[in-house]
Amino acid sequence: MDINIFTVFILAVFVGVEIITKVPPTLHTPLMSGSNAISGIAIVGAIISTKVGGELGTWLGFTAVILATVNVVGGFMVTDKMLKMFKKK
Amino acid sequence: MINLESILYVFSSVLFIIGIKRLSHPKTARSGNFIASLGMLIAIITTLVSNSIVNLELVAVGIIVGSVIGAFFAIRVEMTQMPQMVAIFNGFGGIASALIAAAEFLNPSEPLLSFSIATISLSVFVGTLTFTGSFIAFGKLQGFISGQPIVFPGQQLLNAIIGISILGLSIYITLDPEQINIFYLIIAASAIIGFGLTIPIGGADMPVVISLLNSYSGIAAASTGFVLNNNALIISGALVGASGLILTNIMCKGMNRSLVNVIFGAVGLEQTTGSDGETKQINIKSYSTEEAAMIFDAAEKIIVVPGYGLAVAQAQHAVREVAEFLAKNGKTVLYAIHPVAGRMPGHMNVLLAEANIPYDQLKDLDEVNNEFEDCDVALVLGANDVVNPAARHDSSSPIYGMPILDVDKSRTVIINKRTMNTGFAGVQNELFGYDNSIMVFGDAKDMLQKLLKDLKEL
Repeated sequence: MDINIFTVFILAVFVGVEIITKVPPTLHTPLMSGSNAISGIAIVGAIISTKVGGELGTWLGFTAVILATVNVVGGFMVTDKMLKMFKKK
Repeated sequence: MINLESILYVFSSVLFIIGIKRLSHPKTARSGNFIASLGMLIAIITTLVSNSIVNLELVAVGIIVGSVIGAFFAIRVEMTQMPQMVAIFNGFGGIASALIAAAEFLNPSEPLLSFSIATISLSVFVGTLTFTGSFIAFGKLQGFISGQPIVFPGQQLLNAIIGISILGLSIYITLDPEQINIFYLIIAASAIIGFGLTIPIGGADMPVVISLLNSYSGIAAASTGFVLNNNALIISGALVGASGLILTNIMCKGMNRSLVNVIFGAVGLEQTTGSDGETKQINIKSYSTEEAAMIFDAAEKIIVVPGYGLAVAQAQHAVREVAEFLAKNGKTVLYAIHPVAGRMPGHMNVLLAEANIPYDQLKDLDEVNNEFEDCDVALVLGANDVVNPAARHDSSSPIYGMPILDVDKSRTVIINKRTMNTGFAGVQNELFGYDNSIMVFGDAKDMLQKLLKDLKEL
């Protein structure tokens, strides 16, 4: 077990809290869909797991690649679609 | 272990952080989203290049299929459907993390340590729960499943037993990783508890649930990061987890309820036992749009209070037309946005932005509440519980203590509703019977279009 990854995790939570509390309520829906897209980072793990080997592992990885990609592409696109509507007078 | 791969992962994590940071203002937000998506692209390319992928074709097919589906959803979705879209995407993220953890368990790249098995169990549990929970949330928002809480006797006991079983099974499998069947049992039990925790939650509490599921999808990604020892997953998962939790907290505060109460309270059930004060008769005044138009004509300052009913009626463009007409005639028009109006955080803001309403006209609860005192007309469109004055003074009301928009302090309150049904909290709104309240019944979009016509004819 590596203590470094815990350090990274804890520090990232603090950074997250710090920057996300500054997002105004007006942008909470885009924040949600945008962070949703970021959680699609699981795609990295999905790609790695397709090569782990074994028939089952490959197919699980393949399914995960599809789902995570839907998350990433759909999430970023829909966030952009929303954000371009926000206009000042 | 400094190599190019890990440096690039750190770089993409930095881009995610910068991207979210730029969401602190609508002017920079769009570029922030672009920067975050760049970070994702870098992470994906890094993974493809640095791993000698056996099945590059398979990965390519997966990415293409996923991109097409994702793009299709993103292009087709209406702004009113954003809550269910986010709900279902949360579910996809969660199940993707669970599948990766499962693949790692069934075909480990190196012998699994107890720590790895524990994180795999966590990842599978959170990921699967997120998936089934999001599925129910999606169903409720889309209308496949009743928005009413679904409850049965012993429900919470059952959830508790399943929860404890999952914990027990996870400990067991950590000690004895050969037991594949136990692993499948964990998956099944996690799926069931995802359903079990979401079905008793009513429609109006959806903003909390979606925020929470958003957070879970991040936690699932982070725990998969622990399994694979990958910093990009850990950092991104932590960011998303924190984001979801902060939003959950804001939503709970917006309703003055604890998270425990939202999850286990099943608020929104029809109160069958009419308690003492409930028989209070309220007398309402119902006006036509013509009569309402005359009130608007005499007003100088108007505050529009949108609620879920506006979204259901797709009335965002109609309200902008009315507001523009009034503004052209020298009246001040503001919009008051309650934090839990709609079905997800910021739902109303996105809807009104779609109708080209400038975001600087939208005011938060704190900003707007002292504006009602010198307001001539508060126009309440499909909102109910968030304007119920009982929240301020009636300690027997289920919504007592919830911060509300003080519309009743305006000279006149014009309330548009389809019918006299109660709000989602299942309580009758005493505001409707106030002396300064006027009801205009009908679908929000029809009503606003008629109102505009009547205003023009004055």
